[in-house]
Amino acid sequence: MSGHTAHARATHAHPHGDQGAAPQFYVLDEHDHEEGASTLLGFWIYLMSDCLIFAILFAVYGVLGANYAAGPSPKALFELPLVAVNTSMLLLSSITYGFAMLSMSDGKVGSTQMWLAITAVFGLAFLGIELSEFHHLIAEGATPQRSGFLSAFFTLVGTHGLHVTFGTIWLFTLMAQVARHGLIPANRRRLMCLSLFWHFLDVIWIGVFTFVYLMGMLR
Amino acid sequence: MSLPAVAVSPIFGRFTLDALPLNEPIVVATFVAVAIGGLALLSALTYFRVWGYLWKEWFTSVDHKRIGVMYMVLGLVMLLRGFSDAIMMRAQQSLSFGDQQGFLPAHHYDQVFTAHGVIMIFFVAMPFVTGLMNFVVPLQIGARDVSFPFLNNFSFWMTTAGAVVVMISLFVGEFARTGWLAYPPLSGSGYSPDVGVDYYIWGLQVAGIGTLLSGVNLVATIIKMRAPGMTMMKMPVFTWTALCTNILIVAAFPVLTAVLALLSLDRYLGTDFFTNDFGGNPMMYVNLIWIWGHPEVYILILPAFGVYSEVTSTFCGKRLFGYTSMVYATIVITILAYVVWLHHFFTMGSGASVNSFFGITTMVISIPTGAKIFNWLFTMYRGRIRFELPMMWTIAFMLTFVIGGMTGVLLAVPPADFVLHNSLFLVAHFHNVIIGGVLFGMFAGINYWFPKAFGFRLDPFWGKMSFWFWTVGFYFAFMPLYVLGLMGVTRRLRHFDDPSLRIWFLIAAFGAALVAIGILSSLIQFYVSFRNREALRDLTGDPWDGRTLEWSTSSPPPIYNFAVTPMVHDGDAWDDMKKRGHVRPVDGFRPIHMPKNTGTGVILAGLSTMFAMAMIWYVWWLAVVSFVAILAVAIAHTFNYHRDYHISAEQVAATEAARTHHLTARV
Amino acid sequence: MSTSSEIHPNPHAPDPHSSASHGSRKTYLTGFGLSVLLTAVPFWLVMTGALGSNQATAFVIVGLAFVQIIVHMIYFLHMDTKSEGGWTIMALIFTVVLVAIALSGTLWVMLHLNDNMMPMSVDEMSKMP
Repeated sequence: MSGHTAHARATHAHPHGDQGAAPQFYVLDEHDHEEGASTLLGFWIYLMSDCLIFAILFAVYGVLGANYAAGPSPKALFELPLVAVNTSMLLLSSITYGFAMLSMSDGKVGSTQMWLAITAVFGLAFLGIELSEFHHLIAEGATPQRSGFLSAFFTLVGTHGLHVTFGTIWLFTLMAQVARHGLIPANRRRLMCLSLFWHFLDVIWIGVFTFVYLMGMLR
Repeated sequence: MSLPAVAVSPIFGRFTLDALPLNEPIVVATFVAVAIGGLALLSALTYFRVWGYLWKEWFTSVDHKRIGVMYMVLGLVMLLRGFSDAIMMRAQQSLSFGDQQGFLPAHHYDQVFTAHGVIMIFFVAMPFVTGLMNFVVPLQIGARDVSFPFLNNFSFWMTTAGAVVVMISLFVGEFARTGWLAYPPLSGSGYSPDVGVDYYIWGLQVAGIGTLLSGVNLVATIIKMRAPGMTMMKMPVFTWTALCTNILIVAAFPVLTAVLALLSLDRYLGTDFFTNDFGGNPMMYVNLIWIWGHPEVYILILPAFGVYSEVTSTFCGKRLFGYTSMVYATIVITILAYVVWLHHFFTMGSGASVNSFFGITTMVISIPTGAKIFNWLFTMYRGRIRFELPMMWTIAFMLTFVIGGMTGVLLAVPPADFVLHNSLFLVAHFHNVIIGGVLFGMFAGINYWFPKAFGFRLDPFWGKMSFWFWTVGFYFAFMPLYVLGLMGVTRRLRHFDDPSLRIWFLIAAFGAALVAIGILSSLIQFYVSFRNREALRDLTGDPWDGRTLEWSTSSPPPIYNFAVTPMVHDGDAWDDMKKRGHVRPVDGFRPIHMPKNTGTGVILAGLSTMFAMAMIWYVWWLAVVSFVAILAVAIAHTFNYHRDYHISAEQVAATEAARTHHLTARV
Repeated sequence: MSTSSEIHPNPHAPDPHSSASHGSRKTYLTGFGLSVLLTAVPFWLVMTGALGSNQATAFVIVGLAFVQIIVHMIYFLHMDTKSEGGWTIMALIFTVVLVAIALSGTLWVMLHLNDNMMPMSVDEMSKMP
């Protein structure tokens, strides 16, 4: 790389009336900008914006959540044991993703891939259970069109589910990319971003099971 | 309750040849004009063989400078469309009294005022603001590009895709007839079953993705990519306002995305968010859309404030007065922007306690803005003021915006607002602050940074023509609206029974005509400047004796902006460098790492347009295909790990040698 | 720095310069354990009605939810004041403030609007002052 030993002829000027050494106005020994230095912060900022989308959906649920329109109410519909199982699927997927990250920082490709795969299994289990729950509700006539409460419920929980779906697709994509290129810095950054995304979805779920399901049964 | 009952063919969805407005002469005439003009343009581009150049150097460019210019071009083109809507409204409102019905039936008029608002806010003001920030900020902070150059390109094309969707609505089907915010139940499937509101929703959702990602990009850029030594409190004020603006974007646009999604769920799936029955609540839409809408107007104005700060200090030859208070005022405005939104619907019935709270917060938010005005005035005081065009626009802003701001504080008083809500007084107020504040700021910024972008200044004579016609035209066009509003005239009307009102509308129409000449003068200014570019050439890169780092580069800057990253010691970094005798490096350059151009952004945006059109017209197979294609292209793009290249040290040396030649030749 | 070194560093080497904080096995397991507890208790409280009053239960489970969110932030998301020069936590705080404003503002506004504006029966109307 040229320019490594030569220095830019710059800045040893002596401005008038300057007591000490002239200030350096140029970065002479410049290192290439670290690739992907902004990625994690950028992704975190995006995640905050996603947080706001969920906040609005929670607000809508807060306002419309009691509008049953003479239709079914939470007590009639929610099955807490199933929700508990679902919650544990998501929580387990969070810890398995954490183990994947630990393997990643140890540089172990095989172990990382294994934990990622297990995470995907838990994620898919979560989605499967949720889809069957939705199917059951719709079959009972508790459709999203039935009332404001149900519109808000399906949209909030469904949006979370859509995020999990996209996260899972992303996870499989990353597994393919890690298989192809190994745990290079670019892939590590991507895995870190997915880590943020995945855990964030679990945080949102805490809000969902508390304010939708548990509070719903307390009304 | 579900999808509107209409014939839906499996192949064409609900599109039929009836969707083409062949029986509306105005639209047909417009189409013919656009077709001829468009064909002429395309033929010229082909004849001069510039498609390859355009694709390689502009459309696929990830260079923030090129993307910034493309945003400005988009805004300018859409300004012409939005202004045509304005001319049509002024014409209709000056003709339609008593027995006279004017030339625009209600069905058409309602689309005109809706399109005018949507286009001016989303496809003129936002692109202008985004374009300026995109072009200027990396240069001001001593960076080589934004944090995410590909995302930047993608954001631009998504904004353009949204504009394309809205423009198509002029010729295929119709646009929304609901006003620019599309309140339900009017915008629900019951009262607006046709494609109009769907065009609105999808155009904004597509553009909104672009805007949101652009916000993330610029926040990350400003936080992470500043030159060494540039602490937060040494950043240029424009960069500060850009940071706050983009924080507002990240924090507000998700709300719009969510609300429009809920409206589309109501329209497509028959959910009950904003319906009158089955437990819906239309007032919730108004509440949510304004939680977005108020921060939006600060997104528009803060960059303009940044421009005024730069322009004032440069053309008064002085450090900006009260830098610290400027920064704090900007931060306070950013936060307060979130606690005033209810003032847009005082009359919806939330009651005295709620209304008082928001009325007070609205009045409070005018205080930091006032502080800014004082800072600009104190900067001017005892400065050596040069009345170049950017400074002229700034002074016009100070006079005009203050009037608009005062009428805003008046409207902030709930009892007053009960009289003035949705009157022409309101219309006059927001045009006052948007034109006097945002648009004048954009014109100031364009005249100020044009030489940096293109290497030659804009012609001053035609610039002054544009300035005077715009400014005088604005007052003639909108002061009568304050009078009319105080007399009780409602907005969005296409006909009036009282002939005594007519004189005011005629004055307003005269004002619009003056503005039209102002716009024409701007276009002439661009043309004349290009023709005379050698006479207007800027060889130094610093035509205004600027104070911030962008003026340390050549005009236009090289693709890499800075051959050697500057080190910053003080605010007004370039002024500091000039005063303390910096010496520009002339050798010892290193290879520079740059991102590659890519067509993926264009392709993804094109597929998004296709998806939007498919959803609008219920062409479900196409919606699925294009959505899958979007996912596939996006995922495929991530498998490309070779998205960069290096500019060799020799190339850098050659570029910098050419600049040295220009700088020394003038001696 | 050429791109070939980007693609083919030793893919089996430990992460040399991870600027983001990583957890350890211990922190992940602690976080997991706490989360399980903070999930199980609310479910149990609601399913058994052990606290007697619905209102008390509601308070407790909401409180536990906030605690669990913080647990997730610390143990899974490795939230701290240092990462990205403090900007990560600043962004989070700003977002939380905005969410609080949007949620509380919306509920306050909509409650008042519903009170004042939602349709009344003729009977209710006739009793208005």
